[in-house]
Amino acid sequence: MEHGSYHDLSASTVELKDEDHTLANSLRFTLNQDPRVTLCGYSIPHPSEAKVNIRVQTTGDPAKEVLKDSCQDLMMICQHVRSTFDQAVADFKNNQSSESE
Amino acid sequence: MPKTPLWDLPELPKNELPLHLQLQKTRVFCNNDAPTHTENIHYSGAYAAMGVDNSLRLDEFRKNFKVKIIKLNEEDMEFDLIGIDASIANAFRRILISEVPTMAIEKVLVANSSSVVQDEVLAHRLGLIPIIVDPRLFDYMSENDIPNEKNSIVFKLHVKNKRGSGERRTVFSHDLQWLPFGSEYALPTENPSDPNSNTKPKTYTSYTFSQDTLPEFSSNPITVTPGIIISKLGPGQEIELEAHACKGLGKTHAKWSPVATAWYRMLPEVILLQDIEDEDAEELVKKCPVNVFDIEDMGKGRKWATVARPRACTLCRECIREPGWEEKVALRRVKDHFIFTIESTGALPPEVLFTEAVKILEDKCERLITEMS
Repeated sequence: MEHGSYHDLSASTVELKDEDHTLANSLRFTLNQDPRVTLCGYSIPHPSEAKVNIRVQTTGDPAKEVLKDSCQDLMMICQHVRSTFDQAVADFKNNQSSESE
Repeated sequence: MPKTPLWDLPELPKNELPLHLQLQKTRVFCNNDAPTHTENIHYSGAYAAMGVDNSLRLDEFRKNFKVKIIKLNEEDMEFDLIGIDASIANAFRRILISEVPTMAIEKVLVANSSSVVQDEVLAHRLGLIPIIVDPRLFDYMSENDIPNEKNSIVFKLHVKNKRGSGERRTVFSHDLQWLPFGSEYALPTENPSDPNSNTKPKTYTSYTFSQDTLPEFSSNPITVTPGIIISKLGPGQEIELEAHACKGLGKTHAKWSPVATAWYRMLPEVILLQDIEDEDAEELVKKCPVNVFDIEDMGKGRKWATVARPRACTLCRECIREPGWEEKVALRRVKDHFIFTIESTGALPPEVLFTEAVKILEDKCERLITEMS
């Protein structure tokens, strides 16, 4: 769901259902690291409602696209974490089995 | 200090922060009154005035990110995540605790329970027993679903302490028996005394085939963590029940959490700001309750303190509590180095849990992208 301004696409608030700090805080991090973003933040309006509002303001690019790009960034980070972690686990297991021999 | 004309000042190296700012950006300072510089500086233009770019570059991240496994076995693991922001490390931790699914007992059909443990307490205790089965092999059961072989596991518990046995009988979790054919209890709508019906009465589950014919379970039957005490029976007491497990998430109830706990801490960094010699060195070694410091012989009967085990530091700040010591020892934490620990409950090995958690965060991003386009 999206609350944005129709004449100014560079700022908008996105409401995510069934999400919490887990996604919102990581997205805030990747958004803030994007040079196109002038301001971003998130809030959970009420603790017993499972929704979160993410506010994005940009230097001119459509906020929606910037948010999508940061999702993409976060996904790339996750993929890299996963492959590095799997590699580290495989190496550790190999080392252990060679040590026990 | 002699005056230096502005144009004679050394130029700042490009894309590099002055040392003190770099330190404030990457370390938490643990002073003896309170920690400072605890926040992370995320904004990409935070250092724009100095010509330093603070934005995230994926190739930069790929170059710097490292994982180091410290300990790994079936139950728990410890590893270092180096070069990642706290928000993402925390996302992994939160997902591990509350969003990686497992199987847990959700419904208990009590046929007979004469033990002193009340039925609802008994059901709660049963729910918390970890079931050793890969939850990825099962589907979620929604409210109107009929339990079947793809979304439920049924256990039977029937223990009786004989009248006159004279001793208590302890009921353990390994007394639970897996029923691969599903429930044995007929629904109350069935008429058991009907002699004309040759078909089996309908039970609380409707399995089309037995779970132990599946290749995953044919050689390793589903079990629960053994040795957990469920109840104690006095002479003549009996428990007879059926426990139905289904798939769920830790945010619904902690019984579905796949980890006993998962946590991280930032790497402690202990730095001696000046040489600490002789009596001071011995005093410092004695001060530390976790033996972070060692004494090294310099020869000629002189000794000095060294930081031997900074990882052991709990930042109790005992070493800098007394006046004067804060100038000698600096305690810091590295903001992008996390010592991550996962303790699994047994359903999945800890390394699989972590990869599952990362996948879940990926799925969240993907869902958001598709929803917005």
